[in-house]
Amino acid sequence: MMAATSQNGPPVLQAKGVSKTFGIVEVLRDIDVSVRSGEVHAIIGENGAGKSTLMKILAGNHLPTRGELAIDGKPVRFSGPVDAEHAGIVLVHQEILLAPDLTVAQNIYLGRELRKGITVDDRAMNDGAARAIRDLGAEIDPKTVVRRLSIAQRQLVQIARVLLVPHRVVIFDEPTASLTPHETEALLKVIKAIRAKGVGVLYISHRLPEVKEIADRVTVLRDGRVVAVHDAAELQPADMARLMVGRDVAKLYPERHGAPARDVVLEVEDFSVPGFARNASFQLRKGEILGFAGLVGAGRTELMEGVVGLRPGHGRIRHHDKAVDFFSVQQSLKAGIVYLSEDRKGKGLLLGKDLRVNLTLASLSRFVKTLQIDRRQEADALDGAIREFDIRTGRKDILAGQLSGGNQQKLLLAKMMMLDPEIVIIDEPTRGIDIGNKEQIYKFIAKLAEEGRSIIVVSSEMPELIGISDRILVMRAGQIVGEVAGDKMTENEIVVLATGANTGEAA
Amino acid sequence: MAAIAPFVALALLLILGYFANPNFVSVANLLNVITRSAFIAIIALGATYVISSGGLDLSVGSMVAFVASLMILFMNSGVIADPVLMLICAAMLALLLGAACGLVNGLITTVGRIEPFIATLGTMGIYRGLTTWLSQGGAITLQDRELQQIYRPVYFGSVAGIPVPIIMIFVTAAIAAFVLYRTRYGRHVVAVGSNEDVARYSGISVNRVRTIAYVIQGLCVAVAVLLYVPRLGSTSATTGILWELQAITAVVVGGTALRGGVGRIWGTVCGAFILEIVGNIMLLSNFVSEYLIGAIQGAIIIIAMLVQRSLMRRT
Repeated sequence: MMAATSQNGPPVLQAKGVSKTFGIVEVLRDIDVSVRSGEVHAIIGENGAGKSTLMKILAGNHLPTRGELAIDGKPVRFSGPVDAEHAGIVLVHQEILLAPDLTVAQNIYLGRELRKGITVDDRAMNDGAARAIRDLGAEIDPKTVVRRLSIAQRQLVQIARVLLVPHRVVIFDEPTASLTPHETEALLKVIKAIRAKGVGVLYISHRLPEVKEIADRVTVLRDGRVVAVHDAAELQPADMARLMVGRDVAKLYPERHGAPARDVVLEVEDFSVPGFARNASFQLRKGEILGFAGLVGAGRTELMEGVVGLRPGHGRIRHHDKAVDFFSVQQSLKAGIVYLSEDRKGKGLLLGKDLRVNLTLASLSRFVKTLQIDRRQEADALDGAIREFDIRTGRKDILAGQLSGGNQQKLLLAKMMMLDPEIVIIDEPTRGIDIGNKEQIYKFIAKLAEEGRSIIVVSSEMPELIGISDRILVMRAGQIVGEVAGDKMTENEIVVLATGANTGEAA
Repeated sequence: MAAIAPFVALALLLILGYFANPNFVSVANLLNVITRSAFIAIIALGATYVISSGGLDLSVGSMVAFVASLMILFMNSGVIADPVLMLICAAMLALLLGAACGLVNGLITTVGRIEPFIATLGTMGIYRGLTTWLSQGGAITLQDRELQQIYRPVYFGSVAGIPVPIIMIFVTAAIAAFVLYRTRYGRHVVAVGSNEDVARYSGISVNRVRTIAYVIQGLCVAVAVLLYVPRLGSTSATTGILWELQAITAVVVGGTALRGGVGRIWGTVCGAFILEIVGNIMLLSNFVSEYLIGAIQGAIIIIAMLVQRSLMRRT
């Protein structure tokens, strides 16, 4: 590999036989992981494999239930993240944790402001921040308010803030999750620069090509255990996927029976959502699964929300050859069109309420008898939904927030299916869901289409769109820029359209 | 756990009261105390709707003064000769006015999109100011002797030994509980309060649900007015001052989450009893000066919030 990877002597940071249990659930068992100076060690695994918990233990957020950590071969016990920071272990969080109304410099120095007498020394902090960002190979005015920055720029600020602490190991928790390919490329360069300084890097991700590009070593976690440790040179992304999943990935997508009919059920023409989507036109046929691809921020979600009346938009919509205009989501629901938000926890389910209340929320009028809600009927509906959608829950009286991501998605699907819709729009149907549940959700989607319903799937995961769609529309910067179908449904074809790679402009 | 906490607190208070002064637990005293809690209890039932739908209403105290003043002025106007018919019409007018005042609050917060705190702070000033103007700084008193006589039993009367105000508390609470726990609207209130976006994406009209909650609050204020007018037969610029504090305290003490999403009707009733009982114990015992009642009630809301949060963390 590149740079000076393996060195002799003990690794900078090491976990030995680390286990972690929450209550009665064991999330990690007997984990051995180490990182040396000047290497990038990738930790990969499906959601729920225990990656994040492991990182939190290494960064001092959690104490291991069993096992120990060692720095330079000497056992340590962190009392908290601050303690770990003193030892030179720093964590770049997955979420952006910055104060949006403060400037770049104020954020970078938040909690450790430089002072001159009793006042803060803004000039020194601005200079320091500018230097820290330049070290990352970027150029951001330190006096800019963070609210005005793009996600990628905010992430750089966050990294700069973390690197201000004297550090020996930097942990990145899925840093590219919301970045475009260009931005990802830039971030990987930053990480390589950090490595070149002799710092150890732990890199969590499930984007395998980028792991292949950046990592020197790869540890694969599955169900809280280490299933493999390899030099990255020995592994191809496909091997990594097989190790992560523990089975063949090819059978993930269901076989489709029958082609969609010719009749158009929904026709959208020249539809715009101010600030997000411009002049979008598309048709949806009966029994069709229509994919919407594009980068994060391409305006797909906003377009769909505009169409169903969740946000203001204008254009022509024809539903079964009848002109319609949905001012509110109540109207589109009445017309048999449902939209399942990508933000399951924020907009899909009431996490603090039980499964029954969630299931019937959108279709309550069906359960009302002489003013009263019939709870017996609701309970029966829940039993039916649990069976039909295979919602795995030990008890029926738990809160929706206590379900796993996959089961939450099934519950949301069941909730909207209570309305017996004709058109189903699903936004990011498998985000944050493990592989077993993904497979099931694909099957449900295929089944809905077979029943003669029409489906729109918005997704940022290209393999998924290619696997289940009849055709795919690609959006870039608020516009539909192309359609791929049949043999042309390849990742390459979609990426070119989504990024405008040929013209050299990025969305 | 959080659901039964207010009832446990009430039981403890009753025991404490007994030790402070054995007369406290006499039937006569308890009926008296609960009767006096009627205004706050009924107003707080409405506040339970507003708060669990994610809103807040600071104007209820002023609204009591405003609605009661107009009701008395109407009765003094003598436009209807028959006293019973006059009373019925005056009662209808009060309910209508209460609903209208609530509707104004609702529309300002939903259609006008102004924070409930600010919106109802504004109407609090408006209703209070209008009352002061109507009374010209003095008092508005019910003049007609005959009307007073007919109206009197609504507060002072009793049915089967139970004072009418206590019956009113429980009837109102039973209706409120039915609507909140059993009907579609009640389910929508809780959904809107726990997550506005989820409610909206589920096809619930968030603005309608919230506005109706304010109207319900207005109606509850009107019911409290119907009990208040026969008691003193008079209003002034200071009628109902700080009642919004007491109503919100009763709601929070009862276990309703101030951030919305959880409504506990019987908890609210219990909260209103607790407030009145604390005051009564202070009066009967010599530990603390009764002039400190306001301070104690203020402390109760803070303690209730602390208890609520620590119970929440444990689950």
